[in-house]
Amino acid sequence: MTFKSMAAALAAAACALAATSLQAQAPAKEQFFPSLVYRTGAYAPNGVPFANGFADYFKLVNARGGINGVKIVSEECETGYATDKGVECYERLKARHGGATVFQPLSTGITLALTEKVPTDKIPLLTPGYGISGSQDGLVYKWNFPIAGHYWVAADVLIQHLAKKEGGFDKLRGKKITLIYHDSPYGKEPIPLLQERAKMHGFELGLIPVTHPGVEQKSAWLQVRQNRPDYVLLWGWGVMNSTALKEAQATGYPREKMYGVWWAGAEPDVKDVGEGAKGYNALALQHGAEPNAKVVQDVLKTLHDKDQGTGPREEVGSVLYMRGLMSAMLGVEGVRRAQERYGRGKVMSGEQARWGFENLALDQKRLDALGFAGVMRPLSTSCADHMGVAWARVHTWDGQKWVFSSDWLQADEMIIKPMARAAADKYATDKKITRRTPEECQS
Amino acid sequence: MFYRENGQFKTSYRADQQIFPVRQDRIAVLVLLALAFIAVPLLASEYLLRAVGIPFLILSLAALGLNLLVGYCGQVSLGSGGFMAVGAYTAYNVFVRLPGVPLVVALLLGGLGATAVGLLFGLPSLRIKGLYLAVATLAAQFFIDWAFLRIPWFTHGSSSGSVNVSGLTVLGLPIETPVQKYLFCLALVAVFALAARNLVRGHIGRAWMAMRDMDVAAAVIGIRPVHAKLSAFAVSSFFVGVAGALWGFVHLGSWEPAAFNIDRSFQLLFMVIIGGLGSVAGSFFGAAFIVVLPIVLDQAPAWLGLPMSTALSSHLTLMVFGALIVFFLIVEPHGLARLWSTAREKLRLWPFPH
Amino acid sequence: MGFLLETLLGGLMAGMLYSLIALGFVLIFKASGVFNFAQGAMVLFAALAMARFAQWLPLWLGIESRMLANTLAFVLALGVMVAVAWAVERLVLRHLVNQEPITLLMATLGIAYFLDGAGQTVFGSDIYKIDLGLPKDPLLLWPRVFEGGVLVTPEDLIAAAVAAVLVALLALFFQKTATGRSLRAVADDPQAAQSIGIGLSGIWVIVWSIAGGVALVTGVIWGSKLGVQFSLSLVALKALPVVILGGLTSVPGAIVGGLIVGVGEKLSEIYLGPHIGGGIEIWFAYVLALAVLLVRPQGLFGEKIIDRV
Repeated sequence: MTFKSMAAALAAAACALAATSLQAQAPAKEQFFPSLVYRTGAYAPNGVPFANGFADYFKLVNARGGINGVKIVSEECETGYATDKGVECYERLKARHGGATVFQPLSTGITLALTEKVPTDKIPLLTPGYGISGSQDGLVYKWNFPIAGHYWVAADVLIQHLAKKEGGFDKLRGKKITLIYHDSPYGKEPIPLLQERAKMHGFELGLIPVTHPGVEQKSAWLQVRQNRPDYVLLWGWGVMNSTALKEAQATGYPREKMYGVWWAGAEPDVKDVGEGAKGYNALALQHGAEPNAKVVQDVLKTLHDKDQGTGPREEVGSVLYMRGLMSAMLGVEGVRRAQERYGRGKVMSGEQARWGFENLALDQKRLDALGFAGVMRPLSTSCADHMGVAWARVHTWDGQKWVFSSDWLQADEMIIKPMARAAADKYATDKKITRRTPEECQS
Repeated sequence: MFYRENGQFKTSYRADQQIFPVRQDRIAVLVLLALAFIAVPLLASEYLLRAVGIPFLILSLAALGLNLLVGYCGQVSLGSGGFMAVGAYTAYNVFVRLPGVPLVVALLLGGLGATAVGLLFGLPSLRIKGLYLAVATLAAQFFIDWAFLRIPWFTHGSSSGSVNVSGLTVLGLPIETPVQKYLFCLALVAVFALAARNLVRGHIGRAWMAMRDMDVAAAVIGIRPVHAKLSAFAVSSFFVGVAGALWGFVHLGSWEPAAFNIDRSFQLLFMVIIGGLGSVAGSFFGAAFIVVLPIVLDQAPAWLGLPMSTALSSHLTLMVFGALIVFFLIVEPHGLARLWSTAREKLRLWPFPH
Repeated sequence: MGFLLETLLGGLMAGMLYSLIALGFVLIFKASGVFNFAQGAMVLFAALAMARFAQWLPLWLGIESRMLANTLAFVLALGVMVAVAWAVERLVLRHLVNQEPITLLMATLGIAYFLDGAGQTVFGSDIYKIDLGLPKDPLLLWPRVFEGGVLVTPEDLIAAAVAAVLVALLALFFQKTATGRSLRAVADDPQAAQSIGIGLSGIWVIVWSIAGGVALVTGVIWGSKLGVQFSLSLVALKALPVVILGGLTSVPGAIVGGLIVGVGEKLSEIYLGPHIGGGIEIWFAYVLALAVLLVRPQGLFGEKIIDRV
């Protein structure tokens, strides 16, 4: 047998093996939470801590007995922040282990693609802190849940904070605010709200896009130097964030005037810039870096002390790790709520979990019991409001760690709600979806 | 013993010039088509169709288009991802702005849009050759990437830059389930493959091959280089554009310009090289290889029972992919199509060794 | 006026960095006729090696001095790149002698994917720091002549100086040493070179090692500016228009091309960009190169392509 024919035979065998094995598994008795992660590629530095926090929370819940006795099983799939890989992961995982309960894509691009598919597959999409801003309108977006906030909330809170700093909204007139954004659906999301606020208060909004992956920012920052805006808003992800800070340092733009969204305000973004990032501010999606939170202590005690943690111990409590914990917690609490209606101790289907997400009520008592006291504010979702809470605060990097530097600010629903409704209505017209009535919500 | 032409006499030029002159070939192709149209939808799981079948068909159409340009006409193009994007967005704009237009017409118009852009970016090939042309076509890729990100008219005013289509129907039949999508793509690809096969058998294909082998000599004997090169770009872009429209409409449903970025161009070029330059069947082999391989590599650790983090698995996939590409190029630089035709030659003599 | 000068200087600096990457391409193409698409992956691999060794060596050997750790890490990383060059020659190039350029190009793409995966497996996918002790804060020159001064980044100045020194060294190497002459002989006519006794495999290992060394220097400079992470390999895509603008076979072409592309990019992004929405950097260089090729199909300094029938 020649080398070539052996290689051909091997390839054929592999293909046969592939064909037989690419089938769905038999249903199991556990609640399946798929985990779409990116541990490789240009966005890995930010994706890894999130994925570790996500995985650790499920392990913690299992160590405490699961969701009323139902154990959680989780499987990771690498998307590399690419939409087509994300869709492929979705297709592969949606029917495994008895059916996926909820998907959290951690990418606005993948969210947009999956929003088309989940109504048919009946799996809810949880997008805490990202996703489609219009999806807070649950009467149109039945399956999307941007719990804890979306980008219009983020942009609104930032403008409110800046106004507060200046001494009032009227002081914003004539100021220049530039948005440096990742040239993708994620980066473009806040623009409509910023334009609305610019119209309302008379500040000049500059828009500078940065192409993926965002390592080429010299021209962007030379433009910033030319225009000398009063504030720069950073809507970056992955390597783009640290590059922005390095270029800001290289062009001498004061970091104190830079404000990042909650995806541009974590340790990987500032660590290797170190002192050069001192004074940089970013939004905190409810939580910041919380090394003292009770849930962090629980994770360390239950998992890391027994060498069962995902990822390094030093990472526990960092900003994106907490984001992962929080996102997983929201997923679990939604299922727990669904169990209250559909049967305690039973495995919930995607549809049942969807009801749970729509009727989530996490009050302070419950948050304390979960160990999130001081980390999050109480939230409650409803049929019409899939967001649940619209508060955020600002934290600043002091060279060593993130420190909260503002009070809680609430996004102005008077502005956001009509915009969200208009966006949802446009989506409903395009897709020929009828807006749900309150009566339908009771089902 | 089985694959001999004994006893098959051609009594007319027409019979001699037919597309599959050997009867066994005709039977084989009919059996293949029957399997593809009937057996696969019945036997394959929904996941297999969605993750392997449909991407394979659409990408093999794109690879076919690229093969016409690179393999038959010798013009290396790294901008095929961009042409797919043009096809997808043109078809999208027709579909959304002119609601009465049937789906197939929209897809074909997408192809025509890609043809126009392909002709434009093919003009440099009249002056630039070889590797210089390859890198120059990257200008098309990046410019098209940028245009669809920046110009809101192309995305029908979508604020996020992402577009989606739904409610696809052909002659009143819906194209919703994987089986329907698969059959729709299969029908289109079969027609296009037949068209490609006939094109390369005809005088235009011969003109392309003459340009590829020795363009100066071809010009000397009267083949017009402008005509040959631009027609190659035009036909190739049409195929690639229709493939792009199918990719967006049927496979993705919702897409952003990043779906057609430079990685897609490289992927198509890999398909063409691994499958075999200058071969219609080669495009299909290459597409099958490139579509199936990453999925197999991703899931191999699970089958082998090795617990592996997704990061390591991803990295290993990259490494194995790269190594396999190099391996294939060393072992058979003319691609899988050459392996196949060697196998057929052996089959003609079987059971005799020579 | 001051801002225009800043933009020009910034463009020239960026251009020098592109030239560094382009240099690697040109070296390999000159000596082995292979268009090395893996150059970006090599830059990343080299930078990762340097960054991680600089982190690990103090732990393994207990070194305190940053300078010593960096120097040792550099030497180790250089060794790694020579090993990579040897492996590439042995496993890939030797078997692909005389194949068509497109096949070789695809093979280098395969090598690129392999190096990407291997680099991240061995060294990790986080952002790593290369700390050369370079000043990060900007300098403002001539504040009296231009209002506010002209902004110059010292890091970029040093990078440009290093690039210039590297080019000078390479030029000396090619002109004055015996190995350099052998390399030029192989670039001119491989068969003639073989017939007078120059071993091709050895030459290829040397060329790829030198390209690997250039990749290492490039990786260190880019890495200290931007941090070493996977996206560094994508910067190589910026160097492609430089290579074809300058001509695939010309070292001065790589430099001049780099400067032109760097300046062109920055000027277009800042003066043209805002009018058409921004983000045009990515394709401007390519369109510029395309325009030049239409006038001179072999690039500015490349060898004229002569078709033989």
